[in-house]
Amino acid sequence: MSELAALSNSYQNWYRFSRNPTAVIGLLIVVLSLLAALLAPYITPFPDHVGAIVDFRNRHQPPSLEHWFGTDNVGRDILTRVIFGLRVSLMLAFVVLVIAVPFGTAMGLLAGYFGGWTEIVIMRLTDIALALPPLIMALAVAAVLEPSLMNAMLAIASLWWTWHTRLVYSMVRQIRALEYVEAAETLGASKTHILFREILPNCVSAIAVKTSLDAGFVILIGASLSFLGLGIQPPTPDLGTMVSDGASFLPDYWWESLLPGTAILFVALGFNLLGDGLRDLFDVEDVR
Amino acid sequence: MEFLGFLARRLAWSLLVLFGLSVVIFVIARVVPGDPARMALGPRASAEQVADLQEKLGLNLPLYQQYARFVGGLARGELGQSLLTERSVNLDIRTTFPATLELVLATVFIAFLFGVPLGVAAARWKDRWPDNLVRAFAIVAAVMPTFFIALLLQVLAGYVLQILPTTGQLPTGTEFEANITGLLIVDALLTGDLNVAFEAMRHLLLPALALSLATMGQVARITRASMIDVSRQDYIEAARAFGVPDRVRLFKYQLRPAFVPPLTIMGLEFASLIGGAFVVELIFSWPGMAAYGIRAITQKDLNAIMGVVMVSGLFFVMVNLLIDVLVGFVDPRIRIRGRRA
Repeated sequence: MSELAALSNSYQNWYRFSRNPTAVIGLLIVVLSLLAALLAPYITPFPDHVGAIVDFRNRHQPPSLEHWFGTDNVGRDILTRVIFGLRVSLMLAFVVLVIAVPFGTAMGLLAGYFGGWTEIVIMRLTDIALALPPLIMALAVAAVLEPSLMNAMLAIASLWWTWHTRLVYSMVRQIRALEYVEAAETLGASKTHILFREILPNCVSAIAVKTSLDAGFVILIGASLSFLGLGIQPPTPDLGTMVSDGASFLPDYWWESLLPGTAILFVALGFNLLGDGLRDLFDVEDVR
Repeated sequence: MEFLGFLARRLAWSLLVLFGLSVVIFVIARVVPGDPARMALGPRASAEQVADLQEKLGLNLPLYQQYARFVGGLARGELGQSLLTERSVNLDIRTTFPATLELVLATVFIAFLFGVPLGVAAARWKDRWPDNLVRAFAIVAAVMPTFFIALLLQVLAGYVLQILPTTGQLPTGTEFEANITGLLIVDALLTGDLNVAFEAMRHLLLPALALSLATMGQVARITRASMIDVSRQDYIEAARAFGVPDRVRLFKYQLRPAFVPPLTIMGLEFASLIGGAFVVELIFSWPGMAAYGIRAITQKDLNAIMGVVMVSGLFFVMVNLLIDVLVGFVDPRIRIRGRRA
């Protein structure tokens, strides 16, 4: 019976989701980007152009049937490099969020449920993190350590968890006052039980919405970092680096900069639309 | 009076944030990288030279004493010597910050100038085409990388249409010293140099527009949401029933309380705005703090990096304090109750 109810519930959710055009477009973009990134070596026309290959006879070729996105200043196929660049962007978002979301959620649960000094210390920490521009922080860390994808990810993650802490904290504060939590407390349920079985499940949808929106923004910050030359180092293709390299050939060879830029926009848009759609679906209004 | 108490609490909060910032920055700069003296001098310097510089910078003291020196310097407003320009970081930041401030002020101005009316229009025609258009704009503006907007505007206005200058703050060769407020446009107007003021505005327009689009979208989105919220209040219903004209109701009774959320959001957004300014300044060769900061970062000039991050944090904290005061003026109920809605 309950399985049937769950099934019809998830079907209903899917139905509502599928009636929301922006959400479906967002999901399509995200799935498409993930697939392209995963299958990059098999679907790209010139997989060997990922490396430091040089083909000067073919440099600065405008978009054509052979090179859909044209070629760059050393003659490499831009479409190939854009698709491989997606890998870096998605990897960045994935690693940052895999660190930041669980950690931020745990901190928010602790601060919201236990209050007192735990709350003061954790929430003041998030205040400090909010005052630091994430891009500048990532720049500083990347500069002090070596500029690399790993350091960029660590720097961003070290600030990003605080947003999830604030979100979960405010939700826990509301939820813990509800009667069913009180009932569980009266029945003598353990703190772990209350935190993870009674409170956390009610935060999951909000966390999911925020995570989806975040993925887009982390990709944007990562792209800005590599645009400034402090992200992943060449010759590994990276969208931000490609925009920056191509920018010196603007406006004549516009495709070298503008097409990778559009790719960033495209992925970030996908995650944003998906997050928006999930927000409508789960009816969690105040998550940004 | 309660509002004063509230402001006092916020001030204490600000000091705490600044203290925390100083610790974070100190940890990044001193604990993580190994030897700043060696980094500054490069691999070819002799061990003696390195030891000398260590001595000079106090790097051989225990960490807590180094931190005490750092914070003591901060309290006096001293940020130390830049290893790169060999001038005091204070001076470097004082010469570069006004350009950044001018850019950021113009950005916020443009964002509200267009964002608020867009939000009001979207709320007024909710679920009709103006609303859909504004919402689409807000989403696209939010996910456009700042550097991409900047490049697009540069190509469009600078090369294709050739209507606006794309680099710097003034045409090369213009002789003008901004030494009253440091803000170029303000100083040009104060000294009555209209030509310079006009040129400065023309140069400011593209970078400020590039930086403001994302914020403009946010402001429009939040204004829309809060206008819709307020429109459900009884007194708005009453105004409608009494036949108060649409325009008066929207702008006089509805917008004022609805203006608080976009203001508060602006405070939070401010950190990422400063980050975005870094990118925009670089693209438009804007002579601000960002260009200085980026150079400091790529050259591993630690004092300069610490200074730039600290000043950015200070800027963020001041803006948020200012917004707290502003919010109290926009919505007297908050002033009386003494806390933010």
